[in-house]
Amino acid sequence: MSLRPDLAIIAAHLPAGARALDIGCGDGELMAALRDERGADVRGLELDPGNVAAAVGRGLSVIQGDADVDLAGYPDQSFDYAILSQTLQTARAPDRVLDELLRIGRFAFVSFPNFAHWRVRLSLLWGGRMPVTRLLPERWYDTPNIHHLTIDDFRAHLAERGVIVEGAWFLSGDKQTGGAAANFLAEHAIFLLRREQRPLDRG
Amino acid sequence: MLTTPSSLDQRFGLSRRVVLPGSLRLDGGALLAPVEIAYETYGTLAADGGNAMLVCHALTGDQHLASAHPRTGKPGWWQRMVGPGKPIDTDRYFVICTNVLGSCMGSTGPASVDPSTGRPYAMAFPVITIRDMVRAQALLLDHLGVARLAAVVGGSMGGMQALSWAATFPERVERCVVLASTARHSAQNIAFHEVGRQAVMADPNWRGGDYYDSDPPAAGLAVARMAAHITYLSEAGLTEKFGRRLQARAQKSFGFDADFQVESYLRHQGLAFTDRFDANSYLYITRALDYFDLAEEHGGLLANAFRGTATRFCLVSFDTDWLYPTAESRSIVHALMAAGAPASFVELSSPFGHDAFLLDSPELDRVIHGFLSAGR
Repeated sequence: MSLRPDLAIIAAHLPAGARALDIGCGDGELMAALRDERGADVRGLELDPGNVAAAVGRGLSVIQGDADVDLAGYPDQSFDYAILSQTLQTARAPDRVLDELLRIGRFAFVSFPNFAHWRVRLSLLWGGRMPVTRLLPERWYDTPNIHHLTIDDFRAHLAERGVIVEGAWFLSGDKQTGGAAANFLAEHAIFLLRREQRPLDRG
Repeated sequence: MLTTPSSLDQRFGLSRRVVLPGSLRLDGGALLAPVEIAYETYGTLAADGGNAMLVCHALTGDQHLASAHPRTGKPGWWQRMVGPGKPIDTDRYFVICTNVLGSCMGSTGPASVDPSTGRPYAMAFPVITIRDMVRAQALLLDHLGVARLAAVVGGSMGGMQALSWAATFPERVERCVVLASTARHSAQNIAFHEVGRQAVMADPNWRGGDYYDSDPPAAGLAVARMAAHITYLSEAGLTEKFGRRLQARAQKSFGFDADFQVESYLRHQGLAFTDRFDANSYLYITRALDYFDLAEEHGGLLANAFRGTATRFCLVSFDTDWLYPTAESRSIVHALMAAGAPASFVELSSPFGHDAFLLDSPELDRVIHGFLSAGR
């Protein structure tokens, strides 16, 4: 399997036959793998029409739309898993997208590049320039990444929102790395989240 | 061509007509009989019947999907899309296209003879709905021995039929392709149609619809077509094609001749239309579109139309289509999501407005081909 390493981790941890929504699914690479290898019932949301056309051509069900506005159309808990890989940092309102993820899915996979990785820190500290790395390849003026975050930022945000972390995986290069100094050593983080047991609906 | 097994069957091929058995109960309550349907088929029906596809035409379209039009001699309206090796591949699919109920290219409509009087129905023809058209198509499929459709495909009014198919006969539809269409006619859509109908009815030749022994209301129908034609284009497209350029003259005439190219274009479109279309059919079919509201047929909630469906949907809109804008497709997509139906949707970019679905579009070809090929 030649899936991107973060996608491979998601694919490896998605239970067979699960119902999943891949938000920002690109040309459907992960979706196709989840369908073919995990027997998942998977749907996608993607902004770029060319990508949607490519995914539809793979026989996938993909809707063209924007995670910032179109997630509202999905009913509560309509999926077992909502997946947001490498897209959180491009959202206009990532906090609201995260809320929507945990409303639509019973669980959510979220992966993002860690802005606190040592190479990013070095670049900013010594170079005094916005970092251009493998995972953040664009220059400051043309990057789609408008809300950079670090692993510690994300953890703090989850704690504030009462979101439960079911699992976390960290990547340095293409290899998994430990959680201990992840904020410094990991280029990339993948979280599996679950909303805290919700109180009964308010009347 | 005469060697394929299907063409030996008189039911299959070009320029076919059949009188359906029995009568058709219409949404309006009337019982219509006899019901004749004109249709064409392309390709060969597989032994297991699993490769049948229905393509539904738009308002003023017809069954000549990929064959020359008998009156105008022009190529079929979707010849670029349907044929051997094309996105709708007739080497693979058995493609059926019918002239809709109420039209004037061989299916029963207001110009047909009313058996109770021996004269054309004219305005005595019952008002029909999109679902009535679909029920008539279903009876035709029964006649053809097609139990289940691998796909139903349509743009504009054809898209409404495709949606109505999926909602009315979900067990008979595997895939549903809806292009540049809507689940209900908006006030603006109805308003434009009313302008067209009033133009027809204001023509002194219309005579309450009873014109079949005399001159038809061609002037009124041409005006109706001109108004409608504008809604099929986009401002950018019109500007690009005509701008304010003058037609065959160097200066304005300071009169009411067609000074501008866009005027003579519309006049030509209007007149050409009257050669091939019946004014009363125009009234009845635009009415069918105006009455279309799929949610209303399902308790006011569009998602109910698709609850529990196994049909896979593919919707496409065009960014310059202001007749059935993207928001209309999106609301269908939201209903499909709420119903848990597998759905794909894409808004394609085109300068050509509503008509884009009929024109050359490699991206549209790719989406349709991909969607139809997948999962087989």
